Amino acid sequence: MVLYVIAVGLSVTMGLMGFVNLAHGVFAMAGGFILSYAMARFAVPFAAGLLLAFVLVAAVSVVLERFLYAPLYAAGELAQVLFTIGLIFASVALARFVYGTASAPVFLPDHLTGQVRILGRDFPAYRVFLIVFSAALIAVLWFGVERTRWGAMVRAAVDNRAMAQSIGIDTRRLFTLTFALGSGLAGLGGALGADILPVHWGYPLEHLVYFLIVVAVGGLGSLRGPFVAALFIGIADTACKYWVPELGAFLVYAATIALLLWRPLGLFGVRA
Amino acid sequence: MAPVLETRQLCKSFGALTVAERIDFALEPGARHALIGPNGAGKTTFVNMLTGALAPTSGRIFLGGEEITRASQAARVRRGLGRTFQVTTLFRSLSVLDNVALGIAEREGIARRMWRPASRFTEVKDEAMALLGTLGIAADAATRVQDLPYGRQRLVEIAIALGLRPRVLLLDEPAAGVPSQDSGRILEVLGALPPDIAILVIEHDMDLVFRFARRITVLVQGQVLVEGTPQEIAADPRVRSVYLGEAAHG
Amino acid sequence: MSGYSADTRVRWTEWLPWVVALAAFFALPEYLALGARILIYILFALSLDLILGYAGIITLGHSAFFGLGAYTAGILSTKLGINDPFLQLVAAAAAGALLGISTGAVILRTRALTLLMLTLAITAILLEVANKMSSLTGGADGLSGVQVNPLLGLFKFDLWGKTAFLYCLAVLFIAWFFVRRLIYSPFGAMLTGIRENTTRMHAVGAPVYWRLVLVYTISGTLAGIAGALLTQVNQFVGLNVLGFEPSGELLVMLILGGVGRLYGAFIGPALYLIAQDYLAKQFPEYWYFGIGTLLIVIVLFAPGGILGLLDRLKPWLPSSRPGSSARASAR
Repeated sequence: MVLYVIAVGLSVTMGLMGFVNLAHGVFAMAGGFILSYAMARFAVPFAAGLLLAFVLVAAVSVVLERFLYAPLYAAGELAQVLFTIGLIFASVALARFVYGTASAPVFLPDHLTGQVRILGRDFPAYRVFLIVFSAALIAVLWFGVERTRWGAMVRAAVDNRAMAQSIGIDTRRLFTLTFALGSGLAGLGGALGADILPVHWGYPLEHLVYFLIVVAVGGLGSLRGPFVAALFIGIADTACKYWVPELGAFLVYAATIALLLWRPLGLFGVRA
Repeated sequence: MAPVLETRQLCKSFGALTVAERIDFALEPGARHALIGPNGAGKTTFVNMLTGALAPTSGRIFLGGEEITRASQAARVRRGLGRTFQVTTLFRSLSVLDNVALGIAEREGIARRMWRPASRFTEVKDEAMALLGTLGIAADAATRVQDLPYGRQRLVEIAIALGLRPRVLLLDEPAAGVPSQDSGRILEVLGALPPDIAILVIEHDMDLVFRFARRITVLVQGQVLVEGTPQEIAADPRVRSVYLGEAAHG
Repeated sequence: MSGYSADTRVRWTEWLPWVVALAAFFALPEYLALGARILIYILFALSLDLILGYAGIITLGHSAFFGLGAYTAGILSTKLGINDPFLQLVAAAAAGALLGISTGAVILRTRALTLLMLTLAITAILLEVANKMSSLTGGADGLSGVQVNPLLGLFKFDLWGKTAFLYCLAVLFIAWFFVRRLIYSPFGAMLTGIRENTTRMHAVGAPVYWRLVLVYTISGTLAGIAGALLTQVNQFVGLNVLGFEPSGELLVMLILGGVGRLYGAFIGPALYLIAQDYLAKQFPEYWYFGIGTLLIVIVLFAPGGILGLLDRLKPWLPSSRPGSSARASAR
């Protein structure tokens, strides 16, 4: 589910904006670091820390977008891939330099730790919280994209940028805003998930495949897709580790390949 | 004479939206046929189904008597179906010569060869140059397509399609976007095309259509409204109401 | 440049890499180990350039072939006792080809992002497998003590790396010869067509999918050979030949030199590895940061890499450019 929050941001930037942002994990990592640092150094409460992660990462992403990403919107996939890989390398090195090799520790608030009883079975409270949060998020996002003017404008601008501009939509600002949202979500996801996916300098690369799998399987540009995909991956991964530990993550990869062969656009992919 | 290209009850729907409804169409060998209709009539959809870019919801397509409904794009090309695109689809940073040569090489099965240098296959180059000559753009052979004016790029589109030695040629708005002084050139070229190729042109330029076509099909909202000679079409009150009706509504 | 009017005679500048290599052999005997490494990565880069620069397939999983080839050679020697260098190369080539055709047939049905993700997934799978099957692969410790019999029964792999260097040079030369022929052939022109406008290629009757599978297989074969060379030269193979790092680094090397231009694959790895040898020792923390920044700078300001820059500075410099910009996009 952590994967979902992070990946939905990626689905947004890639699906809605058509930009291959492999460095998405960097924003997630940053969010995790921010939360950890804020809580440890400034005794910021958990919820406030999450908000801080979202806002700060979104803010930084705006700067990056304006100066580095924007010139590459028309540059083609290879340039975008290369650029974001470069960004990963640089960020990873920076993270290692600043933070060392240890993972960023996160202390969850008491009411979210421990177990919770649902329908007669014990579940880890935090994971339940994550699922609920993700579901809420999907609702908010869906509402935002499908029902608001903003959502319509983004969809129009992606469909035909020149056309959208000619009817007065400021595509520049729109893209920046959307990118900020996507990156902010990544930061939020990284912070939320810091307990489950430890945040350390190698984070963006380590989980790159998973982010991409969630987005590709879920379908670019869709909001429900990554949710289902993340759910599916989480279950498959847990099941696999429980029953057939020797296979490791192999099952997830194999299932991904099979799924994509069946539905090349992803489960809920909309763009041809 | 058996038609060289034929569709039977061809339909296409996207969910509740029907863009092609039971289209029966036949193209004779050597035809000079035009497909016209107001915007959104489904002309390009129809062409895409013919070439295999779009799969029909139902109906069948035949090329030279053989069914090609399920055949891939490349397979249809190999059986003699060539097309040009409404928006120029060329190898932009390659030379004009290379653009045409690639098609010829595919046709001859030369494109698979991995050892001998391409430039030694002089027959390909010669044929490409000859083709460019007949279209009057031999002088541009070494120029990169992206450096050519748009009107000449449209000619290169036609050259590539001709290089495939098609039996049927589908021209999707060959004069689209071409400044009016150059469209005369396009009409000349169309007129000089080999008589044994069956040609279907989709066009909005009525002047070009009436000077080029021997038969015209009018498509409205995915259905064939009427088909006949240019005189019949021009005189048909239904056609006039479709076009004038459009004008009346703005 | 490839194409039907290309001049295919070997230009004098094309002999430079070989002259430089031989000169290095005689003049810089202390650096032959680095030299062999450079040669191996040039071969690896050539294999990537075939699919990236010429066919336009963007992949981050090329290390899968490299690693497979490396482990094939290692396993052949340490587990099966087959120490003949040519047999090891052939086996690695076959392994690379098999992986190429099997994965290519699957992933080349997809495009862009999905394709990219699948290439990452495949290399991740191989890494998992290599890690888990430690009885075969030595797991995290790798396989040491790989033995390679003297070449042609005469030339032993000596401690100074002389034999290794010349061996790699010879293999690279042969590979270069074949790749160069391929690029100038009608097949090479066809690949350029696929990269430039895939829709158009379909519309001229090219069976695009099968051609891509074929070139992907050829590329995998070459990468597998490169991997085997690495094992033979180091007499060791470890997990670091798999995973994202080699793929990512290779991509940087190729972009640095210039994509789709045959000799970019020569210049890039040479510059990168020489710089890494010197700088990474001095400033290890800054190396990846520098590489990342360099990549960003290249993409934003010099997408054609070094060869692209040279093009802009000296219009009369001969090159093997197929007449395309390096901003190739997979369609």
